[in-house]
Amino acid sequence: MSWLLVLPIIIPLVTAAVLFAFGKRTEWQKNFSFASTLFLLLTGILLLVQVAKDGILVAQMGSWRAPFGISLVADLLSAIMVLITGVMGFAIAIYARKDIGPRLEHLGFHPVYHVLLAGINGAFITGDLFNLYVWFEVLLISSFVLLTLGGNKAQLKGGVHYVLINLFSSLLFLTAIGILYGLTGTLNMADLARQLAGLPAGLVTTVAILFLIAFGVKAAVFPLFFWLPSSYHTPPMATTAIFAAMLSKVGVYALVRAFTLLFTQDPGYTHNLLAWIAALTMFTGVLGAAAQTDIRKILSFHSISQIGYMIMGLALFSSLGFIGAVFYIVHHSIVKASLFLVAGLIKREGGSFELSELGGLYKRKPLLAVLFLILAFSLAGFPPLSGFWAKLIVIRAGLEAEAYWLVAVSLVVGLLTIYSMTKIWQAVFWKPAESEPVKPVAGSLRPLYMPIAGLALVTLMIGFFAQPFYVLAESAASQLLNSQLYISSVLGDLIGAKP
Amino acid sequence: METAIILLVGVLISCGLYLMLERNLLRFIFGLILLSNGVNLLIMTAGRLTRAAPSLIPEGEYAPVAELANALPQALVLTAIVIGFGLTVFALVLILRAYERLGTTDGDELSQMIEGEDGDDTSSKFPSSQQAPDYIREPKINPPVLSQVRESKL
Repeated sequence: MSWLLVLPIIIPLVTAAVLFAFGKRTEWQKNFSFASTLFLLLTGILLLVQVAKDGILVAQMGSWRAPFGISLVADLLSAIMVLITGVMGFAIAIYARKDIGPRLEHLGFHPVYHVLLAGINGAFITGDLFNLYVWFEVLLISSFVLLTLGGNKAQLKGGVHYVLINLFSSLLFLTAIGILYGLTGTLNMADLARQLAGLPAGLVTTVAILFLIAFGVKAAVFPLFFWLPSSYHTPPMATTAIFAAMLSKVGVYALVRAFTLLFTQDPGYTHNLLAWIAALTMFTGVLGAAAQTDIRKILSFHSISQIGYMIMGLALFSSLGFIGAVFYIVHHSIVKASLFLVAGLIKREGGSFELSELGGLYKRKPLLAVLFLILAFSLAGFPPLSGFWAKLIVIRAGLEAEAYWLVAVSLVVGLLTIYSMTKIWQAVFWKPAESEPVKPVAGSLRPLYMPIAGLALVTLMIGFFAQPFYVLAESAASQLLNSQLYISSVLGDLIGAKP
Repeated sequence: METAIILLVGVLISCGLYLMLERNLLRFIFGLILLSNGVNLLIMTAGRLTRAAPSLIPEGEYAPVAELANALPQALVLTAIVIGFGLTVFALVLILRAYERLGTTDGDELSQMIEGEDGDDTSSKFPSSQQAPDYIREPKINPPVLSQVRESKL
């Protein structure tokens, strides 16, 4: 049923339009936003069930047949990503009800948030390279607005970096699309995959590197990540959480798609390069985190280091590697976003983001401490939480591929992750409070705790009942590995014809 | 013809990149604009420049009668131009706002400022939105006059 493929894009777009129209009624906006993200979540579940049952879903827009029109395609990876967008969009919409002040709401936080969700889902579902570019721009422009909404000094400073580097990477992406179109005469990803096989490998690899840089900027890999730590700590934590959960994942998703479907001609070169990038990303990210004293910055740098694990799974180019990458993407979206949400609560309960100014929260807010502990342990990869399985699979894939140095790096990075998580734990929760506790805030903070608790439950669930998630990731990986399936689903009966 | 345009693309992109090496963010934007024009031309040329009929089928026919020009690159470029226009305008406004609030368009000065007074915005002095940091706007540092901007920065 093709409606299922269109809904993840249509729902947030329509919501955004409605919310723009009723910009003044913030209370009403909040409820509408809540309902819409709930629908998005349900659509995500339906889509995943459908794809798991029937295989890859394809819809041709305007009934133009595959290589000529724009195709929407959902294989298992896309469906999983859409579902995660639904989960995170829903949880963060609840958090934002309380977190986003009235001023930002009047400036239009809620409608722009939904445009962002539409852009993210569009990028996951499209099967056309130029359309992917358009969705990238949709999510970029809305992320620009969300990042600088309110326009305080720190936001403007971070925003300038973020906007300029991302505009540049978009232009690289566009250049690569132009060259690829000149080479093949098509922009449909399935058709491209078919035609690229017949082209000289050197030329294709050159284009592949252009894509690698363009997507690498979005995914924040080494050495293209500098915009991330200079901007992620500036907006409200609800915004940062959705950025950390989904934006860099869109970059990772695009990398996975490009380097499993399109550019598999010369894996000795491209995927080796990816392995190096993965190692350096993991390592520099975690070292950056070790040097910071602001919770938000520690988490931002960690975000980078964790991206490295996903790229590592991709670089290994094996079934187990892909399983690890998919598992890691899901795990990291949930855990990292909730840690940012926890940081927002620490700020409200403790009055600061600076480690040196905090303390004693374990005594005063045990629930917050427990939530942080679960999420931090999960991030660091303690059994039996979701992070443990994600790391275990990636590392086993590394051992299987005999990439021992990569495994060594990832293990050391795991240790350093524990170090900076304990740094936060020690400074925020264990050490005695530095100053007088801040006055209790008027109104209940329960709406802020609820989404975090829910997400922590999800990571516990993935940890304790890993089997079904593993099976799902395994079938997603087998679809990625067998790109012929994707091609034939999109192109249908055209497949017999010579390119 | 195609060779000439490809050379032009090369010139545009190299000029754009050269401008983007500038510390002044305004020139960086100018570089970005040149670069995006270069890329748009590249897409246009990648679709091959052919002199042929517009891609319309005459009334009463079921298939094209003459050789048709490829309309897809034009559609792509049109989309890219519109998107590029919107993003450039946003970036320009952002830089203008940054200049109003922070008093500089120099990339280096801006980065040093980030290290120096990090997190030093109004919201960090208030523990929660309940105490309404959102309503409080920082006092602007002398709003610059546009003619001064022109003299000092260009």
